[in-house]
Amino acid sequence: MQAHDEFPDGIRPVPPQRDVVGDYGEDFAPEEAGPLVRPYVIAQGRDHADTVQLDMISVVIAAKRAEVDELALEPEQLRILELCRKPQSVAEVSAHLDIPVAVVKVLISDLLNRGLALARAPYKAKSPVSRDVLQAVLDGIHRL
Amino acid sequence: MASTDSDPGTEAPVPSALKILVAGGFGAGKTTLVGAVSEIAPLSTEEVMTEASYGVDDLSGVESKTTTTVALDFGRITINESLVLYLFGTPGQERFWFMWEELSEGALGAIVIADTRRLETCFAAVDFFERRGVPFVVAVNCFEGAHLYEPDEVREALSLNPEIPVVLCDARDRKSAKDVLLTLVNRVAESVSA
Repeated sequence: MQAHDEFPDGIRPVPPQRDVVGDYGEDFAPEEAGPLVRPYVIAQGRDHADTVQLDMISVVIAAKRAEVDELALEPEQLRILELCRKPQSVAEVSAHLDIPVAVVKVLISDLLNRGLALARAPYKAKSPVSRDVLQAVLDGIHRL
Repeated sequence: MASTDSDPGTEAPVPSALKILVAGGFGAGKTTLVGAVSEIAPLSTEEVMTEASYGVDDLSGVESKTTTTVALDFGRITINESLVLYLFGTPGQERFWFMWEELSEGALGAIVIADTRRLETCFAAVDFFERRGVPFVVAVNCFEGAHLYEPDEVREALSLNPEIPVVLCDARDRKSAKDVLLTLVNRVAESVSA
């Protein structure tokens, strides 16, 4: 990794400088820019009023012994149950089935309400992350 | 909430997930880095994001709101049977702030990939993580084995606090990408004990 090879005469460009103030201006109002679920067709017009709070990395698994009434479910929901025999995140379900995350959340939420699947909320890194978890992550990355 | 920590009715233990964000400008090497360490080929998902409009109520219809479909590439690393780590490549442009807000929620930390050919494309990401107090490291991606500026020059250009690590990396290389991840997790550990 040799830098500056392109500048044998010693004339080098000056890197652009970040404005440390980093002013976002008046447009920066993240609190107001939250996600807005706009599920459509396959979510049958339901909105997020009756959905369980799911994160993109909530991990979902199909319930083992649940009786599945296939006629009561959307075909996409059957595919989700099939896929979630192994734990999968909402994002993975979305990617594998090629359905937008917002719609997947509604479909999974319905499965949770019917007791056909379980979801585990993400590990919350907001509160100080425990040493054990950090060590486990370091070990896991080392093993790659 | 329908979550459960241990339910006998499932096939396997349900792990909980952690995420790390990989931010940087277009073509900086985000997906390349994710792919270098992920146990699955990077997946792509689409999130439909609606940007808030001011002074507009919900009844006035979709035409007054800006809906953006954002593609997110991500990879997965199984840490152990109870923990899974997801790496999300996130678009670096300022106009995606509204999305970072959601993505950074609960994130362990972030990797900002600096492309020295267009260093300014990572400014917005640095601003964001700094303001949010999300632990991050800056990885200078060396394209074709070359980089325009040294880490110290990048640090100075980004006006980074001394404790923020700046490392050189080759995003295509597994070992190099692993080192970036390890640097970040060590940085998170420092910020926890600080």
